[in-house]
Amino acid sequence: MSAAEEVEVVTEGQAVEAVPKRAMTLGYGTSLVVLAALVLIPLFVKNFIIFQMTMLLIYALAVLALNILTGGSGQFSLGQSAFYAVGAYTSAILMEHAGMNYALTLPIAGIVCFGFGFLFGQPALRLSGVYLALATFALATAMPQLLKLGYFEHWTGGVQGLVVTKPDAPFGLPMSQDMWLYYFTLVVSIAIYVASVNLLRSRSGRAFMAIRDNEIAASAMGVDVALYKTLAFGVSAGITGVAGGLGAIAVQFVAPDGYTIQLAISLFLGMVVGGVGWLPGSIVGSAFIIFVPNIAEGISKGLSGAVFGVLLFLVIFLVPHGARQVAIIAQQLAAKLKKN
Amino acid sequence: MTAMLNVKDLRAYYGQVQALHGLSFSLNEGSLTTLLGANGAGKTTTLRAICNMVRSTGAIEFEGKPIGTRSTENVVRLGIAHVPQGRGTFTNMTVEENLQLGAISRSDKGAIGSDIERMYEHFPVLKQRYTQQAGTLSGGEQQMLAVARALMLRPRLMLLDEPSFGLAPLIVRDLFRILGKINREEKVTILVVEQNAQLALELADQAYVIETGRIVMSGNAKDIANNEDVRKSYLGY
Amino acid sequence: MELFANQVLAGIATGAIYACMALAVVMIYQAIDHLNFAQGEMAMFSTFVSWQLMQWGVPYWGAFVLTVAFSFVAGIIIERLLFKPLAKAPILTNVAGFIALYAIINSVAGLIWDFTIKQYPTPFGSSPFLGSQLISTHQAGMIGITLLMLLLLFFFFRFTRVGLAMRAAASLPESARLVGINTSWMIALGWGMASAIGSIAGMMIAPVVFLEPNMMLGVLIYGFAAAVLGGLSSPFGAVMGGFLVGIFENLVGTYIPGVGNELKLPIALALIIVVLVVKPAGLFGRAIVKRV
Repeated sequence: MSAAEEVEVVTEGQAVEAVPKRAMTLGYGTSLVVLAALVLIPLFVKNFIIFQMTMLLIYALAVLALNILTGGSGQFSLGQSAFYAVGAYTSAILMEHAGMNYALTLPIAGIVCFGFGFLFGQPALRLSGVYLALATFALATAMPQLLKLGYFEHWTGGVQGLVVTKPDAPFGLPMSQDMWLYYFTLVVSIAIYVASVNLLRSRSGRAFMAIRDNEIAASAMGVDVALYKTLAFGVSAGITGVAGGLGAIAVQFVAPDGYTIQLAISLFLGMVVGGVGWLPGSIVGSAFIIFVPNIAEGISKGLSGAVFGVLLFLVIFLVPHGARQVAIIAQQLAAKLKKN
Repeated sequence: MTAMLNVKDLRAYYGQVQALHGLSFSLNEGSLTTLLGANGAGKTTTLRAICNMVRSTGAIEFEGKPIGTRSTENVVRLGIAHVPQGRGTFTNMTVEENLQLGAISRSDKGAIGSDIERMYEHFPVLKQRYTQQAGTLSGGEQQMLAVARALMLRPRLMLLDEPSFGLAPLIVRDLFRILGKINREEKVTILVVEQNAQLALELADQAYVIETGRIVMSGNAKDIANNEDVRKSYLGY
Repeated sequence: MELFANQVLAGIATGAIYACMALAVVMIYQAIDHLNFAQGEMAMFSTFVSWQLMQWGVPYWGAFVLTVAFSFVAGIIIERLLFKPLAKAPILTNVAGFIALYAIINSVAGLIWDFTIKQYPTPFGSSPFLGSQLISTHQAGMIGITLLMLLLLFFFFRFTRVGLAMRAAASLPESARLVGINTSWMIALGWGMASAIGSIAGMMIAPVVFLEPNMMLGVLIYGFAAAVLGGLSSPFGAVMGGFLVGIFENLVGTYIPGVGNELKLPIALALIIVVLVVKPAGLFGRAIVKRV
């Protein structure tokens, strides 16, 4: 008999598929290899590539933040660019108007965004699935307009934006600005990655996942659904804000049109490509959104959007779980080879 | 009498879990058969497997034709009506629209109107409420509606999944009386899954008892009702 | 008072654009429970097809009918090829699919017809309607077409067997299959109809916003806002929502100082969020009860 569909209880369509907790991270061995590559590669390449690697890490952080929200607590967001923008502007304004040290602006950007995300999470509480996607989509579309407003022009620089100074390496270290910023970003990224892994393994992480898998059941078990959902929004926004701050420093410039809905969509796609709920996939997703548009442009200038779309469809059809699935397949192949 | 439905070695799975372990049974044309069993024995799964709503292996033949590879809607279109557990009422549509949906796969559009009138004769309560949203009906009324909707298909075979569930005893009696009438007068073969064994055995002419996905007993409904084990396990006296 | 009445009238005129688009949004939401982010691009592509037909000498209404037919078929093909395989995938995967479709259509349209702004004709003329400067004959015609579509949809869903089957498939797919409805094809039909309605919206909107590959982005967001305001489950609500958003936008621009063009969009979006939070089912929609 043919395989008909399996019986499902009629509930609201699940937003994301459940990911077991342990499957969310990499093993120690693989982690060390990746880390070594990230530390060593910049020593052998040109400054422009180092800059691109910095952006790779920054977007990976932003994708990671979205992954905590969606993969962790099952909430949707097409509005991460708004949090990224707030983080970027916070850092830029503090550096340029208050003369604050760049490194100190990052935690502040994180805290400001955490608050912003926590507040946005309050109304978002009542929304799920497609409605939340729509509300966050609205937020992302509105953000550039808000940044252009005349009221804030004194601080934000209006349409023109703000120029940010790139920091030199401290203590007279013999490295270029780009290389220093790269290692600085790497340290911040690793710290946030480790903290995120631990967060998802903690009591709060279990609460997030319970909500993701079944909200009503979670509340019946005594999980404070409202608190944890807004908290997930806050944490995600906070990390995105730090990424935004780093991004402002790396690009040396903030302007409203740098933070359009395109960015939010990119981050969303990065998460899908990397594998929803699989934190190490964030860097793969980040690589996809940084390099694939360039590759698409290379294949056909006029059709770059189409090439990008087709690639995305290929990912969805062939590896719907993104890089996580590729990793699992690779692991199985390796195991087979070992046996033979 | 010839067998209308023939099921051989039916095995069904929910993901990795096997729910049916090689079930075989057959229904005679015009018969009223009941499938008895405790919670989780596989009664609902059996009905779902016939309509291909659950992954299964084995052979299912309806009037000599294998139907195992047909999609649910194509099984239904052969004349097999399924009244699911929970009734499957289209709650945001009117009673009349629910009845029309029952006949939606029929091509003889002209006869649908008179069939609806016939349903109102069987179930007068539906006539009083025909413009109401089906969701506003009581449980018993919704069960009547579900049976009527299934009959609108002009089925050759009707599968009912616990029609008595959640209904008051008097309403259950009424419902079963109508089912018997439909079976006799409209020549619809009926397979009814029930937990209310006593009532089901009174009504049926054939019975199967199923335990953990296997048929453990079969035969004439009266003989089953008099069986010592069945009395102890299912009838409680 | 006259100013107020004039602004309401002007609001209804702009609102007709949103109402048109919202109708297509609701149509697809009914069929598949998703908001199609590529809906606007599909409408834009259809409008270009009609423009091309007219360039080749087909008269307006001929091009109109051909385009609607083309869009209907194209919608079904897109569903069969790209989204049927995703039917059981999580919402997230579907959203990614919509975005991919968006990128592809936008890019292909830009390649074929380039990004320069094109004039698009209107069959209704653009003189003042009944002597009013606020509403042109084209806008009046657009309102008429929108209401006509609404009426046709109402009759289709209420009084035809296919309409009934589509409603059943959308509300309870499993029960629908148990009465013999091929739910998978109902979804394809929903795509086809949404695409056809979208093409009409595009052809009505193009004379106002001009024809170019990015013409629908803003309109789609307003269309979403309108659909959400009216309730995603109600075509009537969507059209009313469209008019209300148009009126709201105009009144805010007139009576609240400091709101220029740049703030109109954020205000429409704030409206989405407020409505979603206060009344998620919309003004005319039906509340959906969640089950465990």
